[in-house]
Amino acid sequence: MALFKKKKPEFVPSGVDTTANAAVTPDKALPYAQLGLKDDEYARIQDILGRRPTASELAMYSVMWSEHCSYKSSKMYLRQFGEKVTDEMKKDLMVGMGENAGVVDIGEGWAVTFKVESHNHPSYIEPFQGAATGVGGIVRDILTMGARPIAVMDQLRFGAPENPDTARVVHGVVDGISFYGNCLGLPNIGGETVFDKVYQGNPLVNALSVGALRHEDLKLAKASNPGDLVILFGARTGADGIGGVSVLASETFDSTGPSRRPAVQVGDPFAEKVLIECCLELYHAQVVAGIQDLGGAGISCATSELASNGGAGMRVQLQHVLKRDETLTPEEILMSESQERMMGIVPKKHLKAFEAIVNKWEVEYSVIGEVINEDRLYINWGEEEIVNVPPRTVAHDGPVYERPVAYPAYQDALNANNVHVAAHGHGLHRHNDNGSELAAQVVQIVSSPNQADKSWITDQYDRYVGGNTALAQPDDSGMIRVDEKSGLGIALATDANGRYCYLDPYEGAKLALAEAYRNVAVGGAKPMAVTNCLNFGSPENPEVMWQFKQATAGLADGCLELGIPVTGGNVSFYNQTGDVAIHPTPVVGVLGVIDDVARRIPSGWQDEGNNIYLLGVTKDELDGSVWSEVIHGHLGGRPPVVNLAFEKQLAEAIAAGSEQGLIASAHDLSEAGLAQAVVECSLRFGMGARIWLGEICERDGVDRTAALFSESTGRVLVSVGREDDVKFVGLCEARGIPVLRIGVTDNSGHLEIQDIANWNLADLAGAHKGTLAELFG
Amino acid sequence: MTFKIGVVTFPGTLDDRDAQRAVRLAGGEAVPLWHADANLHKVDAVVLPGGFSYGDYLRCGAIAAQAPVMESIIKAANGGLPVLGICNGFQVLVESHLLPGGLIRNEKQHFICRDQTLVVENVNTPWTNQFQLNQEIVIPLKNGEGGYIATEETLKKLEGEGLIAFRYKDVNPNGSMHDIAGLRNERGNVVGLMPHPEHAVEAGFGPDMPGTMRSGTDGLKFFTSVLNSLVSA
Repeated sequence: MALFKKKKPEFVPSGVDTTANAAVTPDKALPYAQLGLKDDEYARIQDILGRRPTASELAMYSVMWSEHCSYKSSKMYLRQFGEKVTDEMKKDLMVGMGENAGVVDIGEGWAVTFKVESHNHPSYIEPFQGAATGVGGIVRDILTMGARPIAVMDQLRFGAPENPDTARVVHGVVDGISFYGNCLGLPNIGGETVFDKVYQGNPLVNALSVGALRHEDLKLAKASNPGDLVILFGARTGADGIGGVSVLASETFDSTGPSRRPAVQVGDPFAEKVLIECCLELYHAQVVAGIQDLGGAGISCATSELASNGGAGMRVQLQHVLKRDETLTPEEILMSESQERMMGIVPKKHLKAFEAIVNKWEVEYSVIGEVINEDRLYINWGEEEIVNVPPRTVAHDGPVYERPVAYPAYQDALNANNVHVAAHGHGLHRHNDNGSELAAQVVQIVSSPNQADKSWITDQYDRYVGGNTALAQPDDSGMIRVDEKSGLGIALATDANGRYCYLDPYEGAKLALAEAYRNVAVGGAKPMAVTNCLNFGSPENPEVMWQFKQATAGLADGCLELGIPVTGGNVSFYNQTGDVAIHPTPVVGVLGVIDDVARRIPSGWQDEGNNIYLLGVTKDELDGSVWSEVIHGHLGGRPPVVNLAFEKQLAEAIAAGSEQGLIASAHDLSEAGLAQAVVECSLRFGMGARIWLGEICERDGVDRTAALFSESTGRVLVSVGREDDVKFVGLCEARGIPVLRIGVTDNSGHLEIQDIANWNLADLAGAHKGTLAELFG
Repeated sequence: MTFKIGVVTFPGTLDDRDAQRAVRLAGGEAVPLWHADANLHKVDAVVLPGGFSYGDYLRCGAIAAQAPVMESIIKAANGGLPVLGICNGFQVLVESHLLPGGLIRNEKQHFICRDQTLVVENVNTPWTNQFQLNQEIVIPLKNGEGGYIATEETLKKLEGEGLIAFRYKDVNPNGSMHDIAGLRNERGNVVGLMPHPEHAVEAGFGPDMPGTMRSGTDGLKFFTSVLNSLVSA
């Protein structure tokens, strides 16, 4: 028997641990607890195998049964995304949840696949590589469906801007996304950036990618034909990211623990770009049955999932894996999360053609195994068998937990402490009668880090590459042309408001959905499908689990009401440092379709003399608002009420207005309400306006503070050319959309809010656009 | 007749399909050229598009300058073939010594993407003959290593002989010496610049212009210029 010098003392001291050895040494103690497995989970593995696992098998089960890969705490709640759907909602869904990414039919023979994924924990330890490989991973997911990736977006949450550690994370994450994303040739079309002290020890780095494909090019990553070859191609396997899944993503950070830097993967975007083109050429030449990306859990995941998905088995020779480091042990090879690797299932007759294409792209490859007609995954190390398992038990039959759920002890007091009773029962002070104070509040809010212009970040990303970008940040959604002849395109927006979700996770998730939906609609697109990235604290905390339960129910109910399906998603638990969890942050992404991107609606004012209309009703809804946070440092009460039936009506009215060419611009009202919207509309193209609030206050019975800063949902600010006025108002009225003329655009170089302020646009732009550069530039 | 404009793809090239589209929109035929193939397939002009050829390893454009296709392009350029280098393509031209100087990390150390105003300072090239002298144009700029540097002597020569084709206006985004955005060679057939004309060729997908979103198409003139020069040649 060949002897190996082991690097990891927790594994068997010498020699490869074979299945034969495992059978005769049933009592040998294995370090399952250090690998993140609980006692009962280990017992189950022994049950499945009828013996103790080998060290390699243990490595595979431990990563695949980790929270990150198995969704063991979330699975029972995620099912409702597949259950709370109607046939009508499913009709455009070509691939639903459970695959690498969902696929939606957008018409004209085109389909789109999109997904958002978290890379939170690696990004805190090593922000640059964590964020970079987050982009790389999600792009490979899209690629496995047979799609050409066409855009990326990112959803970022950082700690308080004034905390000295925040700059480290911001610089690392933004540089990482810039470095990796820009090298891939994918336009970055938007995203979110939020600062809040709850993310101090646990920043959120979510990355979204979208790809387009012709219907006939759809691929599913599975190995179902016995005799097909299993080929690993792309980068060589190294020691990076070993155990990343189980050790990083499934444990809470402990500031006293050892540094976990070696468990973060290192990315090479050049290798990924070449791999993208290489995979697309392999698909085009029809020489692969399927391709699976290697992300979390590396070869363990790819082999077991491909076999399990295809209902077949696989025989693998692990010594054939090309390595960067010849001293890697079999267990390390199985767990390595080296980036830029793909596993292809290739019919033998296509091997020559496969080789020609990968050689053209100078991509390294090795045949490591073949598909077999047996429900078994065999992995050999030379002559010795080190893995012999039913693939499904690794990939899909992981443990499922119904974790204890508890209504948070703080919840009632939090909800009771609304803006009307805070400040010792006096309510948060409002300067309704003091125009200059209100004006100062507007400036304070639009220049606060969360509301300030984000171009310091987005200007570090390429939004042009591809030549199909129709909308990008700072517009409400990103929009990409898919078909150059017809102009058919897609729009994407993502949203999450952790403050709302903390106050009410059920309504908070619905609010995120409503806002992303509205953002897609105001660009002129029709919302079609939903993806999500659910960022929460520890599932072992019953109060966190309650938040998760509520948020998933809110999202599923909301999607059912809007009639758009969830096509996939991602869960990130353990986002907490010590006992302090982040605010529940379910990022919701909505995909929309537009028949011709030439029809897209700009978010800002472009023409002088247009009327400005506010659609929807303003209520006194300031709990959880930006105003309560920035002006008063307060968080309490209940988030705004969301009426999804009305959101749908509103979206349909915008679509009709856009199709009739009546809408010059449309901008969603959300955080910081009307004040934020008029400033953004004005600064987008430097067009001034005169705004009056009197009629809002009168019609809706609100004060000036609420008129400016309320975050009532279902509202859009629209500008309309004079010639289209009558038609537009008629259209709104006929559809039951409350419509109020609140201003006129002008080329004065000023934004005036009557009786409150008259700002020079250059000054306002300085306040709105300077903040992030001052903090981080 | 339709003229053939070659567009080179190196591993890591990103804007090749965009450059091909720009050629087509201008009325030319885009011919893909592969880095490992020294055959130029009888093209009438060549575009070296943007991207991160060979991952920008060693130095931006340094490895690409050694590719088989470049050996043919350098020879043809010295014989008068019109060659346009955009961003990474400009870096390749500099590394190939078809244009002088060097390009270094942006002054502020960040990648920057912005709608950039340029002044066209030389219209006597096959790539700029459709512009007016001193015309201001808006072209998207996106680079991490676009800071132009050269020796005093070289700068004096560039200024003195009118070899500066484009200069940044209002904002110098990357710390380039003398606000240099692009150069021409002495003969005029080789032009390189950091901004991306292929991203300003189609209304709706170009840079923002005053009052209208994404409507800038100033970049198209680079491509109509070369077709025009080929007709006149």
